[in-house]
Amino acid sequence: MADAAAVRGGFFSRPRTTSGVWGWITTVDHKRIGILYGVTAAAFFFLGGLESFVIRMQLATPDGHVVDAHTYDQIFTMHGVTMIFLVIMPLGSAFFNFLLPLMIGARDVAFPRLNAFSYWAFLFGGLFLYSSFLFRAAPNGGWFGYAPLSSSQQFNAGPNMAFYALGIQILGIASVASAVNFIVTIVNLRAPGMSFMRMPVFVWMTFVVSFLLVFAMPVIAVALFQLMFDRLFGTNFYNVANGGDPVLWQHLFWLFGHPEVYILILPAMGIVSEVLPVFSRKPLFGYAVVVFSGIAIGFMGWGVWAHHMFAVGLGPVANSAFALSTMFIAVPTGVKIFNWLATLWGGQIRFRTPLLFSIGFIAMFIIGGLSGVTHAIVPSDYQQTDTYYIVAHFHYVLFGGALFGLVSGVYYWYPKIFGRMLSEGLGKIHFWLMLIGFNLTFFPMHMLGLQGMPRRQYTYPKGMGWDLANMVETIGTGVLVLAFGVFLYNLVVSHRRGDVAGDDPWDARTLEWTIPSPPPPHNFDEIPTVHALDDFWHRKYAEDDAGRLVPVAAGGSDEAAVHAEHEDAGHGAHGIHMPDPSWYPALAALGLPFIGYGLVFHRVGLIAVGGILALAGLFGWAFEPSAEEPVAAAAVEE
Amino acid sequence: MRSRGVRGAARLVPALFLAFAACTEGKQSTLSPEGPIARDIFRLSTVPFLLACGVFVVVEGLLVVALFRFRERRGGPAPVQTHGNTRLEIGWTLAPAIMLAFVAVPTVGRIVSLASTPAGALNVKVFGHQWWWDYQYEDSGVRTANELHIPTDRTVVLKMTSVDVIHSFWVPKLAGKQDVVPGRVNQLMIRADKPGNYYGQCAEFCALSHANMRLRVIAQTPAAYENWVASQQKAATAPSSAAASAGQRAFLTGKCVNCHAVEGTDARRVDPEHAQAPDLTHFASRGTFGSATFVRNDENLRRWLRDPPAMKPGSRMPNYVARHELNVDDIDALVAYMQSLQ
Repeated sequence: MADAAAVRGGFFSRPRTTSGVWGWITTVDHKRIGILYGVTAAAFFFLGGLESFVIRMQLATPDGHVVDAHTYDQIFTMHGVTMIFLVIMPLGSAFFNFLLPLMIGARDVAFPRLNAFSYWAFLFGGLFLYSSFLFRAAPNGGWFGYAPLSSSQQFNAGPNMAFYALGIQILGIASVASAVNFIVTIVNLRAPGMSFMRMPVFVWMTFVVSFLLVFAMPVIAVALFQLMFDRLFGTNFYNVANGGDPVLWQHLFWLFGHPEVYILILPAMGIVSEVLPVFSRKPLFGYAVVVFSGIAIGFMGWGVWAHHMFAVGLGPVANSAFALSTMFIAVPTGVKIFNWLATLWGGQIRFRTPLLFSIGFIAMFIIGGLSGVTHAIVPSDYQQTDTYYIVAHFHYVLFGGALFGLVSGVYYWYPKIFGRMLSEGLGKIHFWLMLIGFNLTFFPMHMLGLQGMPRRQYTYPKGMGWDLANMVETIGTGVLVLAFGVFLYNLVVSHRRGDVAGDDPWDARTLEWTIPSPPPPHNFDEIPTVHALDDFWHRKYAEDDAGRLVPVAAGGSDEAAVHAEHEDAGHGAHGIHMPDPSWYPALAALGLPFIGYGLVFHRVGLIAVGGILALAGLFGWAFEPSAEEPVAAAAVEE
Repeated sequence: MRSRGVRGAARLVPALFLAFAACTEGKQSTLSPEGPIARDIFRLSTVPFLLACGVFVVVEGLLVVALFRFRERRGGPAPVQTHGNTRLEIGWTLAPAIMLAFVAVPTVGRIVSLASTPAGALNVKVFGHQWWWDYQYEDSGVRTANELHIPTDRTVVLKMTSVDVIHSFWVPKLAGKQDVVPGRVNQLMIRADKPGNYYGQCAEFCALSHANMRLRVIAQTPAAYENWVASQQKAATAPSSAAASAGQRAFLTGKCVNCHAVEGTDARRVDPEHAQAPDLTHFASRGTFGSATFVRNDENLRRWLRDPPAMKPGSRMPNYVARHELNVDDIDALVAYMQSLQ
């Protein structure tokens, strides 16, 4: 069918198939792209998890011999790179993609083909990074890639860190493209009546994260270019012998790296802010404050980067300034936590799985936040930095925080995405296994760090008092493996056998629950008009004089109008034209890894091939018709 | 009644903290400082730590109470739709800010005091290498590696730089860590109360043998320290046994002298900036070798000479036996010579 269309419409005609593999490759539907992001991130999560398992096996006992130092350095580097760039960021993107247009009452994102390009660039960037294992040359200088260990052929021969520099560069292109897309979508495509202060908090957090990405990724791009130039062309940005300064890398890296932390955590905070009100049947406490504290975190996140560098020797003035800014970024973070508690307070809390994971998020994130404040006490940080105390801290933020929040989102929106409920029983088993496994794995790391065990070492000797905690951590990792096994089983089995969800299984508040599950390709038969924050909720419920919840009587004026709209629109979908699929975003993205390999292995031919592929993709993208003739579309439909 | 309970609890918490510290005793623990600098840091950390524990108990407690009290009940009243409360929200914005301000003041004070060096300190230059430490004492000119001798009750200022990648010098019981960065000279103060053998290691990832870049600080009474300095200032002793003499010949005619120095022989010392390997003049006065990773004994030394990278991945000293640049028969003699270098 796709071929037939190509022949009929000439070289630039757009593909018509929406089924099968080609349907997925050419899709520009934000919902299918969201699913692609989610599935791909899950696959990379498996790899990143496997790496963490190897790390824990190696460190289970003193003088471990599961892997050698060469392998260990690659494994721990790729574990970090994977979990940050290939799991948590794209999982956030998966939710942004699927939900953003649904939550603001739009039919798609502003630039559907650019959206597809972002996904393919992310996928090819991830595959490019992982292909380094085939050359036995995975990145081995840590995800932080400190110069000159990363930048100098003398200290680190081999293509390992070239893979790092170019792989992350490609992923950065994907991130910036999608961030611009989301910003434009939020600014321009909100449904009538949806003012900024009527947007769901999740949309707000998407907005903040997108701005952080647009400003942060160019910083790391510059640093990575310098790194690449030092490695490939012998420049001296980080070469001390010729006047370069390795500390410059650290400034650039953390100027990206700290906003990156908020890029990772804010989506999860958005999810929690959606889940808590639904399951406590109360509006989010202090909506405006939650939104503004998110924005404040976004701004302040730019002024704390040097707290990663307290031991570098920046001097007392810089260390004091960054200590203060780091302490005070805890304030808006704390505000969010108190507002979430107040949302639960006085509610009618239904303990369904999405809520359990959101509670898990709050409970674990408190620990990560408090240990974070202790780093701001610079002299304490002189003891803590580069030890397992830090490893404990950021896993409480990124696993106990971000990942618990994202899993909560999976349980919450899975019914909307696939039309079926995940099993509650399995969900609860998953939750408890994950909570216990997580704490067994990461809590003892606080102690280990304070007992003087540094990070990033492939082995440690007997007799340091570290043996018991390390063994407990490894056992905890085993429990986590079980937890994710249960999760995977739940995801797969419920896809076929889960209860049918219906439009609004949770009695929820936001627009995505007004439409069928899974949503039709055009999302809304008719673009809704929004009258309030949590518009859908207000169509279902009113408040009595005491402020208590009262259902709007069935057949009441609002409700009836909504139903009438729906029924009309059931037949009205024919007139809606959605963007046609396209080959070209995937083709343009395919050029990027070729350019990467060409630079890594000094093959000009490969660079040329990649350049031609990318240009051909962009050319076709520019010149293909914006849509096939509607008449032809109808013909194919029949 | 109630206030007594509160006071009891207030007394209990530091006790618990001490118990926690005691059960996490270890050779390299930050929780059992052995000098005034590390102790200051430890004390500075305790107040925020207790505050954090308090906040943890209160906030997690509120969470548990909320979950329990407001769980869904059949036939329960519909929840009141509160949208916010400005006073409450201002309150829980200001409360943490005030608490943090109290933490901030002593923090800044300590940052400044840790950056100012006292008069009369002992100055030592430290050079980080992949993967060992080179020390040069400014006043006495003593040159040694990996095991740093210091007098007790005297502040030692380390002036540190790296000849290759970034390292970080860390002896948790005596001080916090300080990065050792090529192209910069960073200072770190350490000080020990009592004679002892303090463990430390490199804390910044520096590639393959980062885990094997350990170090020791050996604190001695001032008199013992002076004796040590005097012995280190001498040239190496001439070999007294036949085996050691044979070992010295092998040392001086083989590959060893390309990188290692033994004062008093033709293998002369070079500047720390250009040193390739630890100075061996008084090798046998150290308890360990391989960057304080292995106990110095005949068996370990034989293993080392047969295949250094097998013991220490990435070691700059290659497997000379496999390269046919070191005769296996010479190993015993070399070990005898090394062990004679008091």
